[in-house]
Amino acid sequence: MKRILFYAVCAALLAVAMAFALGPAIAQSASAEAKSLKSPADFDSINNLKERSVALFNEMGKVLKHPRCVNCHPRGDSPLQGMEQQVHQPLVVRGMGNIGAPGMRCMTCHGPENVPYSTQEGSIPGHPKWHLAPPEQAWEGKSLAAICQQLKDQDRSHKTLAELQKHNATDTLVGWGWHPGEGRQPAPGTQKIFGDLTQAWIDSGAHCPQG
Amino acid sequence: MTITFKLNGKSVSTGVEPDTPLLWVIRDDFRLTGTKFGCGIAQCGACTVHLNGMPRRSCVTPISQVNGGSVTTIEGLDGKEAQAVQDAWIAIDVPQCGYCQSGQVMSAVALLREVPKPTDTDIDQAMAGNICRCATYVRIRKAIHNAADTLED
Repeated sequence: MKRILFYAVCAALLAVAMAFALGPAIAQSASAEAKSLKSPADFDSINNLKERSVALFNEMGKVLKHPRCVNCHPRGDSPLQGMEQQVHQPLVVRGMGNIGAPGMRCMTCHGPENVPYSTQEGSIPGHPKWHLAPPEQAWEGKSLAAICQQLKDQDRSHKTLAELQKHNATDTLVGWGWHPGEGRQPAPGTQKIFGDLTQAWIDSGAHCPQG
Repeated sequence: MTITFKLNGKSVSTGVEPDTPLLWVIRDDFRLTGTKFGCGIAQCGACTVHLNGMPRRSCVTPISQVNGGSVTTIEGLDGKEAQAVQDAWIAIDVPQCGYCQSGQVMSAVALLREVPKPTDTDIDQAMAGNICRCATYVRIRKAIHNAADTLED
């Protein structure tokens, strides 16, 4: 009890400064619709192959444009936070290798796993390879059509379509999006469905939406 | 489960629950109270220590992640960069209330070990996660520059 009281007093000492620093770490609760992700079979009724391919990519877009994914694919050099997608607090930067600046790397705060806060609700996210996507893989603010072209452009994605499918289906940092820790809304569906959608999109010609 | 790690160069063990924050262990079990609790959510930097030589917020570091590692607190910080920072801090009276300063010093020393002659931008980026309610930021930046200058000599 003394320990809790002591820490509560200490916390009050920094309360004013914290008022400027506290970010939108606590996410809003998800609606059922936002959580859903159709499987490839749901698109079997679309006979036109190109139309089916575009529809599959649009479904993938529910994941690609979800804040759990976009927040680490920002257009600038700082990640975003929360469903509101505010700039990360503290104001960190990507630095060399997309792992933060000297003295303030991602791992200063983000460990190898999500860690629940000890004194309040919520958690700090973590993964062994926590980092920002490189600038050429930024898609904050872009249309699905532009993201699609970007993913197919190996100069920017650094991946063949097969490698992209493997990345979407098995990469554990991508997978974090469905297991983001207490206080964060997960990406829609599951990584398995996302991987299956990616494969079905490729199999149908990997066509992109217009726009 | 017993967790063993180096604390300021000495091997120590603890049997606390694996999810106990490192900060709790440092302060309450080993009585090293120079490292401070500020926010508990890695937003203020007051709890900064070095884990395997790199800055780490001890309030969000479960002790299980420290097993086999090496932790340095403000009490065990040494080396030429630490001395330069300490001297520079004293020379221009950086602290006001002082509560955040151990975290500030841990981050400053880590920066100088990687970037011996940091620019203002280097300093701002490295110190972005260390909040000072007394707003001593200008003196902190100047002291880091001064410390870097003495390291050049």
